[in-house]
Amino acid sequence: MIPAAFEYAKASSVDEAVKLLDRLGEDAKVLAGGHSLIPLMRLRLAQPKALVDINGIKGLDHIEVKGSKLHVGALARHVQIHSSQTVKESLPILAEVAAEVGDNQVRNMGTMGGVIAHGDAAGDYPTLALMLDADIVTNKRTIPARDFFKDIFTTALAANEIVTEVVFPVANGPHKYIKFRRRLFDWAIVGAAAQKVDGHWRVGLTNVGPTPVRAKAVEDALAKGAKPEEAAQHASDGLNPAGDLRASPEYKKHLARVLTKRAIEQAQ
Amino acid sequence: MKHKVAVTINGRKHEHEVEARLLLVHYLRDVVGLTGTHIGCDTSQCGACTIHVDGKAIKSCTMFAVQADGRNLTTIEGLAKEGKLHPIQQAFWDEHGLQCGYCTPGFIMAAAYLLEQNPNPTEDEIRRGLEGNLCRCTGYVNIVKSVQSAAKVMGGASTTAGRSAVTAGGE
Repeated sequence: MIPAAFEYAKASSVDEAVKLLDRLGEDAKVLAGGHSLIPLMRLRLAQPKALVDINGIKGLDHIEVKGSKLHVGALARHVQIHSSQTVKESLPILAEVAAEVGDNQVRNMGTMGGVIAHGDAAGDYPTLALMLDADIVTNKRTIPARDFFKDIFTTALAANEIVTEVVFPVANGPHKYIKFRRRLFDWAIVGAAAQKVDGHWRVGLTNVGPTPVRAKAVEDALAKGAKPEEAAQHASDGLNPAGDLRASPEYKKHLARVLTKRAIEQAQ
Repeated sequence: MKHKVAVTINGRKHEHEVEARLLLVHYLRDVVGLTGTHIGCDTSQCGACTIHVDGKAIKSCTMFAVQADGRNLTTIEGLAKEGKLHPIQQAFWDEHGLQCGYCTPGFIMAAAYLLEQNPNPTEDEIRRGLEGNLCRCTGYVNIVKSVQSAAKVMGGASTTAGRSAVTAGGE
């Protein structure tokens, strides 16, 4: 399958990339790891008029702790994130999630910024960013994750705005991410994450709606002393997931409850 | 508009003018003429098109040729040296790690990357390391055996010949 023709430009700095996006207009897309964009282009579900390749921008793949925050550069690849000692020590759930994205070949290409900007509710990083109150930093501003994911594949990013890094809180307490899928390299049919931050549980869900979901009702029940299995019953409160080839809405809600219970119980 | 691509493939330099939309796998097969890299699913799942770019295994159907400009590529054709099969190729032969053979180049390139990262993998680590490659004949048992056998040859008896062959284009 051959993508439709497009104009191609390489940027060597964020400023240059933004200028190119300004010049090329709304139909231009940013090319990072390309592992969501290129498949969409091959299927011609996406036909951007132009691509701005940001892979050559130096210094955008940083992974560092500053104070109580973990900064992950937009071009940090999954393989870097899951093998980073810094991530393993400061936010181990992120390292574990990165190790389960796609397969080796995908992890060698796919990036933090790409996953966040793509805004796929089946992506794993958006769930973590939302439940941990991460900040999405762009060339223009800092956007809290809760204001970032707007709708299906829709984020708060403007056409000429580029994610430069994602800033997570340092959290190395009990945690678990469970990704339910039929094959090892698949997207989650449903995913559930639990992470203790400053003594309080944060709970997030993947692929149960148009955006990632923070399971506040579960968090509140746990805070009031409910057992994991009781609290997890609230995981499907307010959910209205779309059915797909792999799961009906009812089944996804069932999975949300079961996986949430397991994530909390297995967190360590 | 065409773009210049200058790449080193299996130690040899190549330079072409290509359309931006040309996928790397089509560049390798149709422009350079290296047809050992196969197109399987065309949806980034099957891994038949796996090659190494700067020593890292990637799916060449999910990268544009223009992105490879200035990089070092190794394809299945770059593994055998002076008519002698790479230890992983030999192991796939010895252990019958293939049935129809269509997925084999991708599996061998993925296995080469796996053994670079982890020269002595367990069976589970091999299966996980090859998760990005599909064999529609479902010949996984012998594929795993082949990688185990190659790991012994490459790690045990000395030679890093196998490994340096894998990265010859990349270093």
